[in-house]
Amino acid sequence: MGVMLGLLTGCAAQSPSILRPVSPKGRAEADLFGFILAITAFVFIVVEALLLYAVVRFRARDPRAIPPQIHGNRALEASWTTVTALGLAVIFAMTWRTMAATSTPPADALPVKVIGHQWWWEFQYPTLGITTANELVIPVGQPLRVTVTSADVIHSFWVPQLGGKMDAIPRRENVLWLQADAEGTYYGQCAELCGASHANMRLRVHAVSREAFDRWVEAQRAPAASPTEPLAQQGYQVFMSKACVGCHAIDGTPAQGKVGPDLTHVGSRTTIAAGLLENTPENMARWLDNPSAIKPGSLMPRLGLTPQEIQALVAYLSSLK
Amino acid sequence: MASSTVALPRVYAERGLLSWLTTVDHKRIGILYILGAGFFALIGGLEALLIRTQLAIPNHRVLVGEAYNQVLTMHGTTMVFLVVMPVLAGLGNYVVPLMIGARDMAYPRLNAFGVWMFLLGGIFLNLSFLLGGAPDAGWFGYAPLTAKAFSKGAGIDFWILGLQLLGISSITSSINFVSTILLLRAPGLTLNRLPLFAWTTLVTAFLILFAMPSISAALFLLFLDRHLGTHFFNPAAGGDPLLWQHLFWFFGHPEVYIMILPAMGIVSEVLPVFSRKPIFGYTAVAYSSVAIGFIGFTVWAHHMFAVGLPDVVNAFFSAASMLVAVPTAIKVFNWIATIWGGSVRYRAPFLFAAAFVALFVIGGLSGLFLASVPVDWQVTDTYFVVAHFHYTLFGGSMFAIVAGIYYWFPKITGRFLDERLGRLHFALQFIGFNLTFFPMHFLGLMGMPRRIYTYAAGLGWESLNLLATIGAFILALGFVVFFVNIARSLVAGERAPDDPWDGHTLEWLTSSPPPPYNFARVPVVHSRRPAWDRKYTGNPHPRPVAEAPTAQAPVGDGPEGDSEAEPIHLPAPSLWPLILAAGLTVFALGLVTHWIFIPLGLLLFALGLARWVQQPLFPETHEASS
Repeated sequence: MGVMLGLLTGCAAQSPSILRPVSPKGRAEADLFGFILAITAFVFIVVEALLLYAVVRFRARDPRAIPPQIHGNRALEASWTTVTALGLAVIFAMTWRTMAATSTPPADALPVKVIGHQWWWEFQYPTLGITTANELVIPVGQPLRVTVTSADVIHSFWVPQLGGKMDAIPRRENVLWLQADAEGTYYGQCAELCGASHANMRLRVHAVSREAFDRWVEAQRAPAASPTEPLAQQGYQVFMSKACVGCHAIDGTPAQGKVGPDLTHVGSRTTIAAGLLENTPENMARWLDNPSAIKPGSLMPRLGLTPQEIQALVAYLSSLK
Repeated sequence: MASSTVALPRVYAERGLLSWLTTVDHKRIGILYILGAGFFALIGGLEALLIRTQLAIPNHRVLVGEAYNQVLTMHGTTMVFLVVMPVLAGLGNYVVPLMIGARDMAYPRLNAFGVWMFLLGGIFLNLSFLLGGAPDAGWFGYAPLTAKAFSKGAGIDFWILGLQLLGISSITSSINFVSTILLLRAPGLTLNRLPLFAWTTLVTAFLILFAMPSISAALFLLFLDRHLGTHFFNPAAGGDPLLWQHLFWFFGHPEVYIMILPAMGIVSEVLPVFSRKPIFGYTAVAYSSVAIGFIGFTVWAHHMFAVGLPDVVNAFFSAASMLVAVPTAIKVFNWIATIWGGSVRYRAPFLFAAAFVALFVIGGLSGLFLASVPVDWQVTDTYFVVAHFHYTLFGGSMFAIVAGIYYWFPKITGRFLDERLGRLHFALQFIGFNLTFFPMHFLGLMGMPRRIYTYAAGLGWESLNLLATIGAFILALGFVVFFVNIARSLVAGERAPDDPWDGHTLEWLTSSPPPPYNFARVPVVHSRRPAWDRKYTGNPHPRPVAEAPTAQAPVGDGPEGDSEAEPIHLPAPSLWPLILAAGLTVFALGLVTHWIFIPLGLLLFALGLARWVQQPLFPETHEASS
């Protein structure tokens, strides 16, 4: 136990641990966890100690010895039944209290729509007219009313440090209160088995200052930058003439596909491929060369691009800040 | 006296393959269940090791994407439907008729049909690996991932039909258990004296009868969705994927109790015998099983707290789920009180049964976190849940099953399992189990979702995952020792007497192994511990009865020399249950592979059914010559 707890604290510093919450909902859930842990740890110690004591203390010294035959004790049985029931009633009361306090977002919440896809996340800000993917940028301290749904199978949206998960179910809109009270990047990923790359459906929430958020919003609302460098211009041509255009949208260009992530500002994201890879030219090239080598089952096919085309596309996409 | 000898009912071959293929003897059927479950446990265990190997280090590439999902799905499906359920059905089949003083199950041929359906259904399910890919949507098969659009291969169809075949097996065996326990008890064996393993088997049989139709219907609808274009679970056409979840968990949660209640029954038999005391609070232990059974049908949506149900609905299922803890706690306290003040013998069955209590408590307590809606929002679908249910199903059911096998092995085979190997097995299984599954609680809290085939480095999950993998291999080693012990003891184990543990219940009054007819003369029961009463007298301070050994003779041995013996009718062996089961399996194969198997299966089915009903139950009368 001690070793385990040591390991836990050792590792927890880098983990998206539910015990290091940075949101009101996450804190309420962690507090309730701690409350139940206190009760169950007590019960655990008492029950295991009684069991161990009974097993050790009453070991037969004489294998033929017959102990007194006790068949039961009504008073004893009634009392442990009552104590158990009371303990559970307390846990339920705390459960109800926490649930009521956290299940609905506050009234002034900013609406955000989360749509799960096999295997990436689409994020829409309906009031701001922004669509992005896999990285959700939010102002610190601002409650969000997150509507969670899915485009295909069931997924589950979960950022552990920001509170409990919510399933993303097609044709259903579930509402979740999301909020981050400290600046930082919070890791999350899909929590419902959704196919071959369930493990590769990761996301990040960037909680930034209000000013930084406003700047980000302004940048995101602008149409895509026109490529200036020759290589990037060549990449633009490749993008618009190959299959890319059928699935991806880049605002301000003919590309208006809705199947894959919106790439209007893909260069501004820190990761690509649903959070699997850091957004570097090398990784982008790897991804474009053979998506399903990185994300098994990926719906983006291997396009058979030449190394030159890949270099050009990387230059173009990286320029879309 | 010799003139009044009953003709021993040697109505069928007692050796050879055919005798097993045509057996209707509940004891042989029980053995077939247990051997079948043991075989599938090897497969399910190897799948578990593959999973742990893949997860040992981040970004490992042993079992990637689709392949991982197949192994994950088959591990869960195998352990639930092909290991835990059938081994419990097997122990129940072998032991319960003996415990209640019956000659056989109520419907011997239906019983044989059940075991063949299980074995063939299990083989059918595993054939999917060879015929185009195993099912890959998890043992819970959430829609719409199981829809044709997202799962084109035949894996899901194998899963649907395999579970249907296994469901037929479970339902027929449950009908048999209910009838047997309610109707075939020895004189004087009132329900109030029924051994607790028989009690839990009875409750479990009812749970199966009420729960199984829900998944059968759901699987049928899913099959229609996949092949006939219906849209029951297809949201794009107005169907509802949550309907699947309700139907599945209305079965799925009682299923949890189906797997744990008989295990609790085993523990309720083993602990008293090895403490040399009666169970503490028999009535409470018996009726808490009934309570768990009832409440078990009102908690299913606690698997669905994150699907967006209204608060009030979540609160109801939260409260009901917590309520299950009351009868469960009653059992735990009663078990400890049973050991308390006893004269405890540390034999292998006791070690595993006591470990069951210790580990099941952990699984029960972690369940409270999952019953609490806001905590569940965080920990559901994480490794915390994986830890939780392995503490109940492995630390719980599997430890109790192993206890039961060490306990009844001498009765079944006439030989003891080796005690020293048993202790080694216990040490490896206990350490390996905890090393594998305890760290998973922390992994879940640290944000690791379940069912992922890989994870990134740097999230703090590495060391605990490696630890869990090391534990899994220690655990596997424990089972290697177990299988070696079984194999060795079958050949060269120490001979066991009829009543090796100073037992309490009727099975210890007959020979080891028992004769085909179990008891030459059906015993009459006067208390909850009929076997004990023949050996000890006085309460609360018993002393041995003067001539204890002879007390066994009239019941267990052959009826020779017993003028009161009645003629024994044993049902004739029959091949037709196997043919009927084979017909259904071949038919199912036709639905997922080549159509030619469909008429072939139907033909076999018709043949089996026709011959079954034509064959008389008793081949010829075996009258006593008196």
